[in-house]
Amino acid sequence: MSLLDYFRSSKKNTASTAKERLQIIVAHERRRRTSPDYLPQLERDILEVIRKYVDIADDQVSVTLEKSSDELSVLELNVTFPEDKRG
Amino acid sequence: MAKIIVVTSGKGGVGKTTTSAAIGTGLALKGHKTVIVDFDIGLRNLDLIMGCERRVVFDFVNVINGEANLKQALIKDKRLENLFILPASQTRDKDALHKEGVERVLNELSDEFDFIICDSPAGIESGAMMALYFADEAIVVTNPEVSSVRDSDRILGMLSSKSRRAEQGLPGIKEHLLLTRYNPERVQKGEMLSVDDVNDILAIKLLGVIPESQAVLNASNSGQPVILDADSDAGQAYLDTVSRLLGEDVPFRFLNVEKKGLFKRIFGG
Repeated sequence: MSLLDYFRSSKKNTASTAKERLQIIVAHERRRRTSPDYLPQLERDILEVIRKYVDIADDQVSVTLEKSSDELSVLELNVTFPEDKRG
Repeated sequence: MAKIIVVTSGKGGVGKTTTSAAIGTGLALKGHKTVIVDFDIGLRNLDLIMGCERRVVFDFVNVINGEANLKQALIKDKRLENLFILPASQTRDKDALHKEGVERVLNELSDEFDFIICDSPAGIESGAMMALYFADEAIVVTNPEVSSVRDSDRILGMLSSKSRRAEQGLPGIKEHLLLTRYNPERVQKGEMLSVDDVNDILAIKLLGVIPESQAVLNASNSGQPVILDADSDAGQAYLDTVSRLLGEDVPFRFLNVEKKGLFKRIFGG
């Protein structure tokens, strides 16, 4: 690396940005792959119901189904309410 | 019984055909009777990379349809005694490959050969699914670049759920990662994902790292599998890869920036 490169390299390292983005999207897609086919529709339906009462965006509801053992699966519903819509 | 190895990636242009040609040729160099099968129906290219494009008479689909037998369709390599190519058809019929037909051809090849290399088309359509369905092992070709890594992960999902081994509850396909077009200079500058980065994300066994190399284009220009260019970095990296595929313990090369001597610093090169 030349001296000039050393001063230039103060900008963000793009490889680490790439790695962070990949880790998030790959984890997300793996979860989706292993979840049942009805999950996306369930997520949309839940979003519709909540929207009857509170105005929220598409990405504020997340539904995951995690298999904790052979007999038991846990459906986890996460809804983020906007600041001014609480109470 | 032959070992069936699929060369796959999801994304196009990452080096599947280059890799199929190199690894198939490498296995033959090591004395194993090998056939490389082109599954890219409609976009045949393995013949060009292997330098036998003018010798194609019958193809994979002809054999499936019973219009020719395997002996007529297999092209014997002119350089190596125990290397054969089964070319893809140029038909536009996407459904030309079906499970029963592919299985029959692979079974017949299996009696004759030690290794069957399936060169998969890009994408996740039926051609790619056919190429991986019967595989015992998979070489997932990946470039150190976001879209390629993501697509490779997608293909890993397919390998573990859509293959014959998965459907029949057999032990899963053995998965290998092959990183191609690797540029240590750019990795050092923080401009390219490193081997470790890709390994962290995909978490499968690393089979080889092929450096970005001018030898690859030179090889395809002349229809010589790059592994035959034993003086080149890419050729040597593929030779190492084949040794590892055969179970040898070979250290990885070409991962770090080559230190330039004074001569090279002054005169370049």
